[in-house]
Amino acid sequence: MRFKHSFHSTMVCLLVGHFFSAEANEFEVRGNIEVQGRFFYETPLFPSQHDNQISLAAAPEFFWSWNDGNDSFEFVPSARVDQYDDERTHVDIRELSWIHVGDDWETRIGVRRDFWGVTEFQHLVDIINQSDSVEDVDNEDKLGQPMINLSVVKGWGIMDFYILPYFRERTFAGAEGRPGIPFVNTDNALFESNDKEQHIDWAVRWTHSIDDLDIGLSWFEGTDRTPDLLPRLIPSGFELVPFYKQISQLGIELQANLESSLWKLEAIHNDNNQQDYWALQGGLEYSQYGIFESNADLGWLIEYAWDERGEDSSSTFQNDLFFGNRLALNDVQSTEILFGLSYDLDFKSTSVLIEASRRFGDNIKVSLDARFFDSDKPVDPLYLFRQDDHIQLTAQYYY
Amino acid sequence: MNLLKKNFTLLAVGFIFSSALFAGEAEDKGLQISKESKAKDLGWTDSSAELEMILKNQHGETSSRKMRLKSIEQQNDGDKSLTIFDSPRDVKGTAFLSFSHPKGNDDQWLYLPALKRVKRISSRNKSGSFMGSEFSFEDLTSFEVDKYNYLYMKDETIDDEKCWVITQFPLDKYSGYKRRIVWIDQSEYRIRKIDFYDRKDSLLKTLKFTDFHQYLDKYWRSQKFKMVNHQSGKSTLLNYTNFKMQTGLDEKDFNKNALKRAR
Repeated sequence: MRFKHSFHSTMVCLLVGHFFSAEANEFEVRGNIEVQGRFFYETPLFPSQHDNQISLAAAPEFFWSWNDGNDSFEFVPSARVDQYDDERTHVDIRELSWIHVGDDWETRIGVRRDFWGVTEFQHLVDIINQSDSVEDVDNEDKLGQPMINLSVVKGWGIMDFYILPYFRERTFAGAEGRPGIPFVNTDNALFESNDKEQHIDWAVRWTHSIDDLDIGLSWFEGTDRTPDLLPRLIPSGFELVPFYKQISQLGIELQANLESSLWKLEAIHNDNNQQDYWALQGGLEYSQYGIFESNADLGWLIEYAWDERGEDSSSTFQNDLFFGNRLALNDVQSTEILFGLSYDLDFKSTSVLIEASRRFGDNIKVSLDARFFDSDKPVDPLYLFRQDDHIQLTAQYYY
Repeated sequence: MNLLKKNFTLLAVGFIFSSALFAGEAEDKGLQISKESKAKDLGWTDSSAELEMILKNQHGETSSRKMRLKSIEQQNDGDKSLTIFDSPRDVKGTAFLSFSHPKGNDDQWLYLPALKRVKRISSRNKSGSFMGSEFSFEDLTSFEVDKYNYLYMKDETIDDEKCWVITQFPLDKYSGYKRRIVWIDQSEYRIRKIDFYDRKDSLLKTLKFTDFHQYLDKYWRSQKFKMVNHQSGKSTLLNYTNFKMQTGLDEKDFNKNALKRAR
């Protein structure tokens, strides 16, 4: 739905009052609505959880551009209603921002999402946005982050400067949510900084491509996006309370396209008041094109994760191997199947993910996901999900 | 006896030399025509177009994809291009940035709007299908003289146009083709038709260009590309509309930031 018309600034003024001279010349609405079912076939670990769970979600996108496309404004709210989980029933603003493009720079002001990194199974360097963990267990969904971002493009690369004036707490499944830990209490989150979520974070990142090499270096100063979960005694037993540290984090991204493979490496050094640590994620992606005399492409992924804190690490990926396949049939329906396996070399636990998707007609996409968790060591963070194998069926309508 | 032997040797050397010269001439002629075809097309600066891609399977069922294409010419390097997908709806906003190079690998990045992620594509994907079509990525990158070896074959008339027929041998080891046979018309140096031979040297696809329009009184562009896959029976039609040249695009429209804000 792309409407081209030079309407008067009324609408723009209503939404972005001070761009008075702005002459809007393009307005666009698009988005999707989805219905999703999760089906569990093992007895829930916690009595408050259910065997099946239905939810509805919508994410419309509104977009305006003017000044020959050099100014644009974007608004993307997102909402989900879950049958049981009060925490998963939530609304977020994914994007609400104004972008202005200059000659070799651009400013992006407002609520946004921005991705950093190169690896596939874990995103260590990616730190601008908080994970919206109730959307999916893979933490790929992100909450909108308020920011002022200046991006400068030079011959020596792209420099991004960020001021992040407000902190978003991670979302966790509620008492009836599954997969989830019912005793995480997000209402009483603790912060190292006295400014709590008002702490002003900042970050800077340099990225550059030289021939077959992509390089990234970043520095982040502020509230860690990943909380420590602290146990606390309460009258009814105990609960886990998120604790958000202040950190300085160095991020390194490297990607080399050597022959048929993409070699990828992400490393971070997290400097904090408890235990400084290095962590890394690296591996390679190899692709075969036109397999079996067809149009189908098959990708092979192998990665390894390491965290200096070892088994004490709050991260699930402290000494883990990953293996994956991505099959794209390149047919009219864009049928794709993704298989991913992670194996924890310390805890000997395994988690498997299968994602299959296909388009029906022009507007409907159906995904069938399956997740399996196998863990028998109580100290392993994955142990709490050991009964949560499930199948997830999602139908999305795009407009 | 000696004399005879010497004469025979001379004759043999002469024969080898002349056939080598002949081969050299055919190579030269093929290269010269291809160079001229490229040279005549220099100076267009930048272009933009809307594009509909119609995929047809072996049963005749069709499906459509829409996209917009922006390109910019580079001095002493291959062109840069940005492709933005408009339909199907679920891939809307996905964008593809490509820097083509006469020598070495092309640089390619894909922007995935749902993840806000710029992802590098392995330059080996040349032979991979573009959006499920019969076009591979290498069929859609800009033509650069240094990417092939050439051999002039013959003259032949197609579509009432007298053409040179030239075999082009890709130098890139990741090309999906052993060779391509190209028909270039003698009036305007326009490519009319390409036969693609797979790595086993059997005829894989035929691409025909029709509906030529001239822009800025100089540059010819076909508005209809039809690719037929002889082995699978599938075909893909590309229809260009709203084609414009020298629209004022510049370098800032072809970097990773531009890729991220492509809509």
